Amino acid sequence: MAQSLLEIVEQEAQPYGGARVTRIQLRIGKLSAVVPDALRFAFDAITRGGALEGAALEIEEVPLSIRCRQCKEVFIVEDPFMICPRCEGIDVEMISGRELEIRSMEICDGD
Amino acid sequence: MEIKLVKDILQANEVIAAQNRELFAQKGVYVVNLMGGAGAGKTTLLERTIERLKGRRRMAVIEGDIATSRDAERIAAHHIPAVQINTGGECHLDGNMVRVGLEQLDFDGIDLLVVENVGNLVCPAEFNIGEDAKVMISTVAEGDDKPLKYPLMFQVSSVLLLNKMDLLPYVAFDVERFRADALRVNPRLEIMPISCTTGQGLDTWLRWLEERTGLQAR
Repeated sequence: MAQSLLEIVEQEAQPYGGARVTRIQLRIGKLSAVVPDALRFAFDAITRGGALEGAALEIEEVPLSIRCRQCKEVFIVEDPFMICPRCEGIDVEMISGRELEIRSMEICDGD
Repeated sequence: MEIKLVKDILQANEVIAAQNRELFAQKGVYVVNLMGGAGAGKTTLLERTIERLKGRRRMAVIEGDIATSRDAERIAAHHIPAVQINTGGECHLDGNMVRVGLEQLDFDGIDLLVVENVGNLVCPAEFNIGEDAKVMISTVAEGDDKPLKYPLMFQVSSVLLLNKMDLLPYVAFDVERFRADALRVNPRLEIMPISCTTGQGLDTWLRWLEERTGLQAR
């Protein structure tokens, strides 16, 4: 996962020549298989000595939310259950919670 | 300077998975991504499945492991095409590893390709490989708390095989609680209690496979 992240950021930073990437903002869904601290650790390890060394990973955890097609309402839920908290129906869809998204990166092209 | 990106970290994998899916569709092969923890009985299930489908469906297997080719050797002993992928430390298979494995596999005329993922209840759930269905194995020996501890894998799977049912008298495992939790995480999950040792429940599993593969499925 960290490797995919590194590849995308390196590719996106290429047009900016020698600019240094200082910060990367991510959105990670609560239900995703990624543990933020583990991702940070892996990212630090694979960027050491490379162009992205020292870039800070800012991780926003996205809550799990589901939409009930019967009640036509969105609920933010704590438990990973695909059941409507109101009508207890199972005709629900996940709205958020599986994100593995790079939102933005900050580059510094001074000095 | 801030640069907006909004990119999926796994997009590269999704692209390759889509290419694999297209290839599978062209060849008319149904692909199962078999997932589960280490020691859940994935390879043993495959051996029982191969034995029982012999003469009825043509099967091939891709084995994913961090190291060794032991599982592929076990499968090849049943005289079906088998390829071993060693991930070299990675805890899951991804679309590209499967694509590389496919290059070594002659799957013309194959009805069913099972890709046995690395033994792990977490990461494999995130990586599509172009499969038609994800099937997971859990066991009564692992405990009945797994659906709540590893919800993503339960959520992305179509079938949940609850293996080692023959051990039920010897372990503290509440089948009904496990079933209820798994269905709350994924109300559409098909749950099949099985034992690869006694053969319990395997007919249900084989019927599920046969309905989706071979001539009558097309």
